[in-house]
Amino acid sequence: MKERLGWLWLPFVACFAFLYIPIVTLVVMSFNSGRSALNFSGFSFRWYPELFSDSDIGQALLNSLTVAVGAMLFSTVLGTMLAVGLVRYARSTALDAIAMTPAILPDLVLAIGLLVFFAFIGLPLGLSTVMIAHAAFGTAFVLAVVRARLVQLDGSLEEASQDLGASWLTTFLLVTLPSIRPAVVAGALLSFTLSLDEFVIAFFTDGPKTPTLPIEIYSRVRFGVTPEINALATMLLLVSVTAVVVGALVLRRTESAGE
Amino acid sequence: MSESLVRIEGLGACYGSVRALSEVDLEIGGREFFALLGPSGCGKTTLLRALAGFETPSEGSVTLGGEDLLSMPAHRRQVNMMFQSYALFPHLTVEKNIAYGPSRAGLSKAEIAGRVGEVIETVGLGGMGRRRPHQLSGGQRQRVALARAIVNRPRLLLLDEPLSALDRNVRSQMQLELKRLQHEVGIAFVMVTHDQEEALSMADRVAVMDGGRVQQVATPEELYRAPANRFVAEFIGRSNVFTGTTTSGGLVADGGRLLPGHGEGSHLIVRPEDIRIAAVPIEEGGVLRGRVLETQFSGGSTMVAVQLEGLATVSGRPVLVSQAGLSSVRRGADVALTWDAAAAAIVA
Repeated sequence: MKERLGWLWLPFVACFAFLYIPIVTLVVMSFNSGRSALNFSGFSFRWYPELFSDSDIGQALLNSLTVAVGAMLFSTVLGTMLAVGLVRYARSTALDAIAMTPAILPDLVLAIGLLVFFAFIGLPLGLSTVMIAHAAFGTAFVLAVVRARLVQLDGSLEEASQDLGASWLTTFLLVTLPSIRPAVVAGALLSFTLSLDEFVIAFFTDGPKTPTLPIEIYSRVRFGVTPEINALATMLLLVSVTAVVVGALVLRRTESAGE
Repeated sequence: MSESLVRIEGLGACYGSVRALSEVDLEIGGREFFALLGPSGCGKTTLLRALAGFETPSEGSVTLGGEDLLSMPAHRRQVNMMFQSYALFPHLTVEKNIAYGPSRAGLSKAEIAGRVGEVIETVGLGGMGRRRPHQLSGGQRQRVALARAIVNRPRLLLLDEPLSALDRNVRSQMQLELKRLQHEVGIAFVMVTHDQEEALSMADRVAVMDGGRVQQVATPEELYRAPANRFVAEFIGRSNVFTGTTTSGGLVADGGRLLPGHGEGSHLIVRPEDIRIAAVPIEEGGVLRGRVLETQFSGGSTMVAVQLEGLATVSGRPVLVSQAGLSSVRRGADVALTWDAAAAAIVA
């Protein structure tokens, strides 16, 4: 039975307003007909065609997608392997903690560390270094998600598979992977979206000629926010929401099938 | 047991500094239903998992039909296991679960389908082939696990607490069925259980284990009638245990009283149903006197608890006497107890 909310509706609404007013403002201002990002002078779609015809933005988006897909593939494979190894063959919680550290380390620390490291081994900065950097923390996130699933998985399933004549590799492909698939998909989506809008690490590890989307946006915002940037942010918002919804649906579908 | 299929010699295993198995020697026949019985932590599961290939013993040898088993990885052994949790693959149908083993062995599609169909009928799962494990009841899941293990025609089938996850009614039915199936397929079964009734009613021979060691290997009747030591006597069925020193014709208990028995050692074991009880105290050698504390009627028999005068059992609990039908004594009555020397074993 639900209780009446009483005066508590006030802080409740305030919380939601606090969370969503900036986002709503951003979306509304992307339809401004004037150049100002602050004064709404009329409704217009003009910034969206302008955005799509801006080749710098297009190139930056392509750069970001390249980095995000590469980092996603790399961190999904590595993170999944790491999770299997840690859960099935290591009995050390210290190892677990060390492997997950990149996920909780301040971005700035990771960024400076990677920059120094790349300079040390003489790797020229560019999209590949951003990809490696994003894969580093992406791996930690995939590990965290896959590990949580793997811990719940009955270890005797894998033993049963071996008992029935399957080698280690066959067991992994036919039994382990299908059981952890939702977590692997969720981890992949997570590392993709995290990479797509990551700024600090990319800013430190990227070369000057290949800006990722967040870096491109940042360099424009320094000269003032235009409705074009708002339109871009709105598009990004749409992509992120779609990714989250798809991820949630995938998780829910496979989870109900697994029970 | 004419020729033995499995020969285990001097097997030992450690978990770090904890000893899980010590000097285990066992021989299991080719068509035998063998049970490993013991309290939790006695090493029975470690032994089973060592046979399956999931535990690596630190010393000793195991051969299956003369071949060294321990040097083979789990997936090459002609041994299959039925897991306590059943470990059915949740993403596969019943048919695909059962076909998993034959597919790995590289059999042709037609042969796999034939074998799977056959086994599904054997375990009574006709019409369930397309279901997923989560759509089955506990008893049905157990049948799938069994079918999945025997479809590979292993030489040895291992069963880890096969009935513990079932409720009581299904359990007794599956007990009979497992036994029937073992006769039908002619495979040696090794079953781990902590339930003595299960072991005694199903197995041809039972190894009682404690502290990582085999305490006794015998048929169920022998285990009950002639326990090798005090642990076995107390673990199997109900028993009254007295301590003292052996003399001719019995055991001299701490009070100086002679208790009739046979054998040699410091403990005398007598089963409740072997003790005669008389309501009128008689003065006679070897007779114990006491007072009835409680009687408990349970259908076919009555259990009588008697507090002895000047003598205690090892556990300090009253002596238990089982009488057929209704008891002839009442609570508070003075009684005399006697038994034959042949019915009481003296063990270490």
